[in-house]
Amino acid sequence: MAPITVNEQGYYGEFGGAFIPEMLHPNVEELRQKYLDLSSQPDFQREFQHLLRDYVGRPTPLYLAKRLSEYYGTTIYLKREDLCHTGAHKINNTIGQILLAKRLGKTRIIAETGAGQHGVATATVCALMGIQCIVYMGEVDIKRQAPNVARMRMLGAEVRPATSGSKTLKDATNEAIRDWINNPVDTHYIIGSVVGPHPYPDMVARFQSVISEEIMWQLEEHTGKKYPDAVIACVGGGSNAAGAFYHYLNEEKVRLIAVEAAGEGIHSGKSAATSVLGTKGVIHGSRTLLMQTEDGQIVEPHSISAGLDYPGIGPMHAHLISTGRAEAISITDEEALEAAVLVSRREGIIPALETAHAFAALKYMQYKPSDILVFCLSGRGDKDLDTYMKHL
Amino acid sequence: MNRIQRLFQGKNRNILNIYFTAGYPNLQDTETIILNLEKAGADLVEVGMPYSDPLADGPTIQESGTQALQNGMTLPLLFEQLEVVRQKTNIPLVMMGYFNQVMQYGEQKFFEKAAAVGIDGLILPDLPLYEYESKYRKIVEELGLSISFLISPQTEAARVKKVDELSNGFIYMVSSSSITGAKSEISSTQIDYFERINAMQLKNPRLIGFGISSHATYRQACQYANGAIIGSAFIKAVGGSTDVAASTRDFVKGILTA
Ligand SMILES: Cc1ncc(COP(=O)(O)O)c(C=O)c1O
Repeated sequence: MAPITVNEQGYYGEFGGAFIPEMLHPNVEELRQKYLDLSSQPDFQREFQHLLRDYVGRPTPLYLAKRLSEYYGTTIYLKREDLCHTGAHKINNTIGQILLAKRLGKTRIIAETGAGQHGVATATVCALMGIQCIVYMGEVDIKRQAPNVARMRMLGAEVRPATSGSKTLKDATNEAIRDWINNPVDTHYIIGSVVGPHPYPDMVARFQSVISEEIMWQLEEHTGKKYPDAVIACVGGGSNAAGAFYHYLNEEKVRLIAVEAAGEGIHSGKSAATSVLGTKGVIHGSRTLLMQTEDGQIVEPHSISAGLDYPGIGPMHAHLISTGRAEAISITDEEALEAAVLVSRREGIIPALETAHAFAALKYMQYKPSDILVFCLSGRGDKDLDTYMKHL
Repeated sequence: MNRIQRLFQGKNRNILNIYFTAGYPNLQDTETIILNLEKAGADLVEVGMPYSDPLADGPTIQESGTQALQNGMTLPLLFEQLEVVRQKTNIPLVMMGYFNQVMQYGEQKFFEKAAAVGIDGLILPDLPLYEYESKYRKIVEELGLSISFLISPQTEAARVKKVDELSNGFIYMVSSSSITGAKSEISSTQIDYFERINAMQLKNPRLIGFGISSHATYRQACQYANGAIIGSAFIKAVGGSTDVAASTRDFVKGILTA
């Protein structure tokens, strides 16, 4: 198989690119020209590494989950992104992007958020740098992820409700893009996943790639092997999965398993199972797989998990799934809730609802007792306790 | 030569281009709106294909699109309506929409169908120049369709030249850095930008759009370009109307006369 990389125009195979209105072109083009160069400068790397270690708390542990392993009859490791400052992997990316934004001379930051983890991670780095922060969040998500809304406000960010469409992540992203069109000079848009126009998918994947970089040496310490049999991660836009897969992309012996939200059932009409229901099209500036009507109208998705409630996936994942490099598994709301309870009670770790989907995938996966499986535990579940309590 | 190119050959000042969202306020208003726009003195009509997620549009056009979709507007239906309208008028027609709709219809099929029903031009704001040039320019030009790309105050000179090279018909000059939506005035920084573009001696005429809403702003835009494009203000005018034909004519008269 050809090595998996992104080309100059931002394509992974046939997916990617930058389908944006002209008004966004100067900003996106500036980023495209500078992101690789700026982020590889020694002063950038020094600051990035320092903040990841002393502020975020990296490296995060790779933990052998004994009681889960026993339950499933295999070996399960958890990559503990839930232990990052702010409680999810999202901050790896926001640290990287805020350092870029500073070097680009930007003085105002905008972001979209679904579960609120990316919003919190953005509000956090803006507080850290003393930069104004505005977070767009769907009205539905403001209600179901209230603790994170409070955290953003505490950190000094302004949370603006997105009230169009399904009032969730897709609509928050639309609003953030419109804000950027209206504020082209002073503003940087910190996208929270591997979605959006090139260079965002590649840039965010690079900032998240620290996850698999650490898994490699940590797994070697634990087992003497760098390569697990499979890496499993949930996919909303796909940033934690991109980070967990990154250094294994071209190692075909490592299975890559992308777990998406089936909502109330793949064919229930209330689902976010893009790998099954999606067709090729353009969403948020990228040619990828998305849920849409025959007429090209984007379909409103559903998932109990705000972070997975998105009608598309990043172009890298569209490429991985359509070429067969990654396997996609769709998990219902009900199955995710069950898995959240199981992981909480077997390991003493309450996972985020998003992450719970990844664990639920075990019952559909084929694996052997001798396998080593690494799960990306993308975030902690404090924000979801309200939902969990309703379903206990 | 298509109707857009012919229009600019005969008239290169005070061009009035009105945008409307097809299927709004009512599913069957397409013909009424186009014919009455023409009757009242509009030079060019931009037919908006309603879209679920119009990234470059403000609330007025967003809401009109949502309503149009709820009314049942689809691309095949719109083509049917336009084919009928084309028998009744010679006004240049431009289709405006987001590229995903074109992709789902099938790019080649879309361009051919548009040309066949008598569409003269296209505005696809999220179709990148690079994609257009490498994949679609040949067929669009062979079919005799015009295409208009956008420039904004932030567009660099070299890119303005590229836009001029790829566009044929007119260039869509976004008045300020913003999404669509009616604003009330034209500022001195905008005037600097219009003058900078005028000084470039482009081959295509320019129409100023975004924020043109009144007779005064229309007149002002016409001082700095070949004409103006009005969208949101027109959508508002026909929005609650019980007589779309009369509201359409009144709106155009209000723009053209003080
Ligand atoms: C804990 C957690 N995991 C996963 C996701 C999904 O995002 P992505 O697919 O980009 O990792 C989110 C998004 O909000 C999240 O908060």
